[in-house]
Amino acid sequence: MAIVDVTDQDRDTRGTGFDVDRIREDFPILRTRLDGPQLVYLDNAATSQKPRLVIDAVSDYYANTNANIHRGVHRLSVQATDAYENARGKIQRFIGAERREEIVFVRGTTEAVNLIAQTFGRTHIDRDDEVIISTMEHHSNIVPWQLLCEERGARLRVVPINDDGEFLLDEYENLLNDRTKLVAVTHIANALGTINPVERIVELAHARGVRVLIDGAQAVPHTEVDVRRIDCDFYAFSAHKMFGPTGVGALYGKLDLLESLPPYQSGGDMIKSVTFEKTIYNDLPHRLEAGTPNIAGAIGFGAAVDYLTAIGMDNIASYEDDLLRYGTKVLSAIPEVRLIGTAREKASVLSFVLEGIHPHDVGTILDQRGVAVRTGHHCSQPVMQRFKVPATARASLALYNTRSEIDALATGLRQVIEVFQ
Amino acid sequence: MSDHDDLYQEIILDHNKSPRNRRRIEDADHSAEGYNPLCGDHVSVFLNVQDGVVTEATFEGSGCAISTASASLMTEAVKGKTLAEAKALFEKFHGLVTGEDERSERSLGKLEVFSGVCQYPARVKCATLAWHTVRAALDKDDEAVSTE
Repeated sequence: MAIVDVTDQDRDTRGTGFDVDRIREDFPILRTRLDGPQLVYLDNAATSQKPRLVIDAVSDYYANTNANIHRGVHRLSVQATDAYENARGKIQRFIGAERREEIVFVRGTTEAVNLIAQTFGRTHIDRDDEVIISTMEHHSNIVPWQLLCEERGARLRVVPINDDGEFLLDEYENLLNDRTKLVAVTHIANALGTINPVERIVELAHARGVRVLIDGAQAVPHTEVDVRRIDCDFYAFSAHKMFGPTGVGALYGKLDLLESLPPYQSGGDMIKSVTFEKTIYNDLPHRLEAGTPNIAGAIGFGAAVDYLTAIGMDNIASYEDDLLRYGTKVLSAIPEVRLIGTAREKASVLSFVLEGIHPHDVGTILDQRGVAVRTGHHCSQPVMQRFKVPATARASLALYNTRSEIDALATGLRQVIEVFQ
Repeated sequence: MSDHDDLYQEIILDHNKSPRNRRRIEDADHSAEGYNPLCGDHVSVFLNVQDGVVTEATFEGSGCAISTASASLMTEAVKGKTLAEAKALFEKFHGLVTGEDERSERSLGKLEVFSGVCQYPARVKCATLAWHTVRAALDKDDEAVSTE
């Protein structure tokens, strides 16, 4: 990412109507002040905070609508079903999916990846076949494929990254071959912030008839996602990283592909009829949603989509890009800071190490000043190995962060350096 | 004085910067490896024992300031102790950093600088890694230990 001169404004006033002060008002936790200093929340890649709209949607559901879905004829059950299916429609439109049935509710990105590994993987990947991932994947997009490859006698291939943390397209092209059955890569890397060229990745795979799953967990809160433009076969993401509740997420899949999948979990709701001789499975998406789902979570997820849609993903992306550039400039001005992840196309993540100081010590001292960052391997140990660091400190941004919060981070880092000098 | 002084005291910063006894003993009488998967901290402890007394204690490894200083101070503390005394010291230290031991007469000397750790639950494992490892070494347990 090029560092450009930035003006001294704390909010975007380029006619987008993006007002960060007003946005902050929507998040109750940003206003609470416990005994310590004001919270500076820079751990959004781990989970985001929740706006009042989402909190209210969940609590209203329990207070006024709670009933099981797809069951009774009674009024509450019908209302709950409508609210749940309405949320599915919001998510469908949010990512540009063609049909509502292409959205399967899951517990989160991890379950979505596991669902594809256990259904598509077990029916399409055989001995000596290959699955391609990249060095910058989250463990949740590594381990399910490792387990699958072990079980099926298949081989896991890994696309390397360069010193800036960028996906190497040439190396990827070389890895694609007749044995490749699936490519599973992240849209935006959680430990580095790299935005991958997903459209090109899909295009190259499809040219060889290879299916592609995109891990979109870090992309959906920051950038507009259009699954039809990307043309991916599967897209996985979680509600909680995009200001929705924990414990719910979505798997998008192209309809014909989802139709071809065997059952994932089995039980209630995924069937049309059951006798001891034969079970007839339900239609999509219910066929892949066994059991009573996280109804309140799905409704809160829908509210989070409403929230983001009202602000506009373009406005969010442009505000955050400005903030990331500012953060990069401010951190780069501290000589002891080494940024890990300097891709030209980058979003929302400032991962770094301080010369001679362990990230855990950095995290503890920042926390004492109210600045919450994540320290550790960020569930991406291969990334740490690639950059030869045991861990990093990571400040990850969201739409409610400000330049003055970046300044608080920088001030905190200068104090860390002072303590350890 | 800022808040972090109760954790990052002078002695801890000093032992982090200039760790004592950081070297490997080839053919040590006892040794063990410790690993904290949460932080990636890794420590090896080496002991020589004569007539039931620790005559030499060293460590190798890298980690955060708390874990490095703790390993360094641990090697100083166990040297000259009998095996039973060293194990008793582990228990006392563990009580100190977890805040489970409220007794005033701990007689932990320099190790008291870690008393602030109990205020930081996320960092207790950093302080205890070297101690879990030395106990494994004393038990002649050559298996790697983990704080998890």
